Amino acid sequence: MTEILNILLYIQIGLSSVCLYRIIRGPTIPDRMVGIDIFGILVVGICAIISVQTEKSFILDIGIAWIILSFIGTLTLAKYLTGKKLNE
Amino acid sequence: MATAIFICIGVLFNIFGCIGLIRLPDVYNRLQSATKCVTLGCCSILIGVAIHFGISDAFFKALFAIPIIFFSSTVAAHALIRGAYHFGAKLDKRTVKDDYKDAVK
Amino acid sequence: MRYVTVFILSLIFWLLLTFRLSVPNLIVGSVASLICSLIFTRYFITSVYKLVQPKRYFWFLVYLVVFTWECIKANFDVAYRVLHPAMPIKPGIVKVKTSLKSELARMLLANSITMTPGTISVDIIDDYLFVHWIYVRSDDPEVYTSIITGKFEKYIKNIIE
Repeated sequence: MTEILNILLYIQIGLSSVCLYRIIRGPTIPDRMVGIDIFGILVVGICAIISVQTEKSFILDIGIAWIILSFIGTLTLAKYLTGKKLNE
Repeated sequence: MATAIFICIGVLFNIFGCIGLIRLPDVYNRLQSATKCVTLGCCSILIGVAIHFGISDAFFKALFAIPIIFFSSTVAAHALIRGAYHFGAKLDKRTVKDDYKDAVK
Repeated sequence: MRYVTVFILSLIFWLLLTFRLSVPNLIVGSVASLICSLIFTRYFITSVYKLVQPKRYFWFLVYLVVFTWECIKANFDVAYRVLHPAMPIKPGIVKVKTSLKSELARMLLANSITMTPGTISVDIIDDYLFVHWIYVRSDDPEVYTSIITGKFEKYIKNIIE
């Protein structure tokens, strides 16, 4: 059980580095933003697996806070893409 | 044991989503594959976590995280795809139909 | 009445999330729910009496089952398109007419479309919903309207309107 969880955790961290590849490499600005958005969701999965490994529930709180902050950040960046000011 | 199965399914879906993030040609298709697969993958991982903890505080936290992830990721995908279109990101050359062009002008 | 409903719902949400019944926790939770209910009520709930009709919850359960099945299908669809060596994609943006009127129902419909196989909603202008489709199966507006929105529209109409 613990070995399986370790392997899955490493795979999940590798997938986040795939998102980093898209952020660095992406040919246009929207591509990089897609990478940032998906990275934010993958981190919640990492937090959930770590909370099973360590048997501590407060790590799930970190995941919930992370997804909300990443959501607000993505909305702000998308607003920037449409070319409007931030107070509209 | 059920926990390990649910987390395995979730990580498998995440792998599909990230392969799509690399392979697909333009930003719209990438967003499409990545949002669907990664959202359902993380929901599956959280269901596994909820089963592992049983009825306790972590159970409710994991269950509440599922609708939060659902709504936030779909709304963020919608905002990003609209922003990308207004920014002027090119559609792939295999695209057959574009009704939105007339509506924006 | 609307404000009281939102206050009670958010207080229950807070108590389940923190999972501790003590006096300081209750005070902090009530203050936070009071602020939330004062700010956000006018965006969400238009009529309280819809919350106490049991047939809406029944339709919500049916909708949840259909929606979960569509989600799982969507994932295998994406996996097939991504892992296939030739990548069978034929993307396009199509225009779909919707008959739903209220804002919440439209939001739910757009979210459902985003999670179903091969479609993601781009924008909504007046009554028309613009949908990016990864594999355009037909050119006939009636056919693709029934493929994209037909499965969910009747459930959402029963739940919210």
